[in-house]
Amino acid sequence: MPAPASPPRPLLEVEGLSLAFGGVKALDGVTFAVQPGSITALIGPNGAGKTSVFNTLSGFYAPQAGRIVFEGRSLAGVPPPRRAALGLARSFQNIALFRGMTVLDNIKLGRHCHLKTGALGALFYTPAARREEEELRREIEERIIDFLEIDHIRHAPVGSLAYGLQKRVELARALAMRPRLLLLDEPVAGMNREETEDMARFILEVRREWDATVLMVEHDMGMVMDLSDHVVVLNFGQVIARGIPAEVQADPHVVRAYLGSGDVVALRERFRRAAVARQAA
Amino acid sequence: MRIGSAKQSYGADAALFDSRTQKAWALLGVAALAAFPFIASEYWLYLACLVSINIASAMGLNILTGYTGLVSLGQAAFMGLGGYTAAILQLRYGTPLLLNLFCGGVVATVAGVLVGLPSLRVKGLYLAIATIAAGVMAHFLFAHLPALTGGPAGLSVPPARIFGVELDTSAKLYWVIVPITALLLLGAANLFRTRIGRAFIAIRDRDISAEVLGIPLLRYKLLSFAISSFYAGVAGGLFAYFFRAITPESFPLLMSIFFLAAVIVGGMGTVLGSVLGAVFMTLVPELLKLIVSALPLGGNATLVLSPVRTIVFGALIIVFLIFEPLGLAEMWRRTRRAFHLWPFRT
Amino acid sequence: MDGWLLFEIVLAGVGTGGLYALTGLAFVLIYKATKVVNIAIGEMLMIGAYLFFAFVAGLGLPVWLAIPAAIVASAAFGALVERTVIRPMLGESPISSFMVTVGLGSVLVGVVELVWTADQQRLPEFLPTKHIAIGEALVSPKIFYGFWIAVLLIASVLLVFRFWRGGVALRATASDQAAAYSVGINVPRVFSLAWMAAAAIAGVAGIVVGSIGGISSAMGVFGLSVLVVVIFGGLDSVLGALVGGVFVGIVESLTGFYAGAEYKLLATFTLLVLILMLRPYGLFGTHEIERL
Repeated sequence: MPAPASPPRPLLEVEGLSLAFGGVKALDGVTFAVQPGSITALIGPNGAGKTSVFNTLSGFYAPQAGRIVFEGRSLAGVPPPRRAALGLARSFQNIALFRGMTVLDNIKLGRHCHLKTGALGALFYTPAARREEEELRREIEERIIDFLEIDHIRHAPVGSLAYGLQKRVELARALAMRPRLLLLDEPVAGMNREETEDMARFILEVRREWDATVLMVEHDMGMVMDLSDHVVVLNFGQVIARGIPAEVQADPHVVRAYLGSGDVVALRERFRRAAVARQAA
Repeated sequence: MRIGSAKQSYGADAALFDSRTQKAWALLGVAALAAFPFIASEYWLYLACLVSINIASAMGLNILTGYTGLVSLGQAAFMGLGGYTAAILQLRYGTPLLLNLFCGGVVATVAGVLVGLPSLRVKGLYLAIATIAAGVMAHFLFAHLPALTGGPAGLSVPPARIFGVELDTSAKLYWVIVPITALLLLGAANLFRTRIGRAFIAIRDRDISAEVLGIPLLRYKLLSFAISSFYAGVAGGLFAYFFRAITPESFPLLMSIFFLAAVIVGGMGTVLGSVLGAVFMTLVPELLKLIVSALPLGGNATLVLSPVRTIVFGALIIVFLIFEPLGLAEMWRRTRRAFHLWPFRT
Repeated sequence: MDGWLLFEIVLAGVGTGGLYALTGLAFVLIYKATKVVNIAIGEMLMIGAYLFFAFVAGLGLPVWLAIPAAIVASAAFGALVERTVIRPMLGESPISSFMVTVGLGSVLVGVVELVWTADQQRLPEFLPTKHIAIGEALVSPKIFYGFWIAVLLIASVLLVFRFWRGGVALRATASDQAAAYSVGINVPRVFSLAWMAAAAIAGVAGIVVGSIGGISSAMGVFGLSVLVVVIFGGLDSVLGALVGGVFVGIVESLTGFYAGAEYKLLATFTLLVLILMLRPYGLFGTHEIERL
């Protein structure tokens, strides 16, 4: 009889992460894991430390304690550009597109760490450089631009785009990074219903077509509950709950963190009814 | 009226000249440049060479300041290093022109990388001030190593020889200076079709995000310094061959300001801007000379010229930064767009 | 090594340092209020000196009238510069406003050369001419009095900042313009006042510096040393300008004596490079934190 398959190793393991700025503790012993191929949501009230987690994962902040293991490899001491090359891609809460470039150039920039052209190749535009650029262009057009439906704005300067489209271009750029883990920081912030649904659809397709794992920070509870396989809740830099959406929704700690203390039972009932209503719709 | 420019391949879309009319204009331009020495007077040839040298240097500065966002007031220092290197090699060893220019570029590159080293810890304005320091140190070097650099008196550079021909007139130097400048411009244009150029622009716009996206900041900032200083060094070498004499005073802070003005006035972050800015800034003093000599100032004309030139440099920087921060290149683009859209307005 | 000689050199450095600190104060005032790095501070100092020269030599005013006139004229000049050149750059990147001051410096040098030629001129003597003795060390009277003028001015500015409502308004405007507007601070007026005060202070420094070493269109190079002073002390710290000024003054004085005058600028800039590598925000400057 074949041995039972061991559970898949988590793509990302965060253990005991602690981060402090002077006297302010942004993160305090944060521990969670992200399974490959899953969509995990990181939620919590404002100021809970969600973006700090992302910034630590990106390598922008060095934690005072704890470890981050990505694909079995510890990220301690790995500088941010190297993390990008390992497959850690990211979008930003306040859009961080490069305003001096077009949409296409921004997306091409995502692929930077996987390209090979050096300074001399660039200056002389050697056939190798030309081939690399054309390959890049072809791949981006066919896989990313078509997929995210942004072909009509590919040559537009990003500063002239509407907010929703800019967020989509951010996602496109993150996709160009050949991500193993996609960190999305509030992907639907400030979007209307239609844009949110489009983005949700894109995220699901990314998971399916690109074999990428998604870790997202989100405030839109509907999207969190509908999309995610796993939810981690932060408050004041600590993990106060983790589990499948339904469990987390019902967790009294979570409810209290978001809504203050109140009648938990009544609230829980309201959530349940709202979820049922959405499923019926 | 131009109705869109449809491309049928990705390669065509990325080409430098993207329409038949543009290619035609480019060929015409090359032909005009080739015919120029045969029809122009000595004065205009002199100007053409000077403009060309300034274009090369402005392009270098534009790569560093316009595209990568690293403000530099040390362009003159790098040019000086290149100029002195080429001059010393020509004077002492009589080595070939191209080799001397290349070595000048390399020496300037090394200096550029050294100056760029603090750029990770030190941002924006602080870096600009550090480049002023580099200029002061370079000037000190030029003036206080008389065995090597001729000290305050400087060096006089013998003309270069190519295939037995002595390059001692502007007409002859034209055939060296203009093609080299053209190659440098082409190199820069190529740079920004690839990931290297994109990385530079990303560093200018948002360097922290650029890092998180996979661009090692220090390495690329140093690369920008290196390429930009190489351009400056080559331009400095051409300067030495052109003026046939250099002293420590040939490369003052005012010259760095001149090139910064050229980049601002021409348009930061565009190849066309480097060209337009250098042409404009070189021709303005000539224009001033004409105006001042036309005014009834008698013998005072020459006294007035230098300060007026200084004022005009400064005023150009201020006026363009306030009213047309994207420079002449943007004005050109607007005009072109108006032509393409005519008879429509927008 | 003669201890008194060393002391004399250090004193000379402290004296010049006071003037560096004074000019640094003008720089910091502008930076604190408008967040502009004004590299033309040396040229503004030069304008103050030339205005005094114009009143005394050109208009023939007596010195006791020419000095306040020059100070007022400098202040007016500062307001003019702020209104025409700096105000339009509001909201642009700090690098752009820095480059505008580069242009400004160039324009000022040109104007001075045009009106008064590039030759060096001498200012009339208005300070006592007897050397001051401190122990066995002799200090040049101009430097001595110049130092105390600088100290007096710096102290007054510090006091004004501490106790006057305007000082708080200044700091508020510097840290957040929009918020300052919304609590009723007249931001454009604060900007004007800051530039006027800074120009006036730079003008006073210019008069003193000019009477020590003569005036010329190259006087602005004083500003390069001041740049090192404010980077050493912190771009937005008045105390830093004071400490930095004295420190740089001493370093220059010692270098000038032991190595020769032409090494002074080199020493100052080597110091600059060291500071930039070790402590870019200076001794007392506030560290700007960038958010991702």
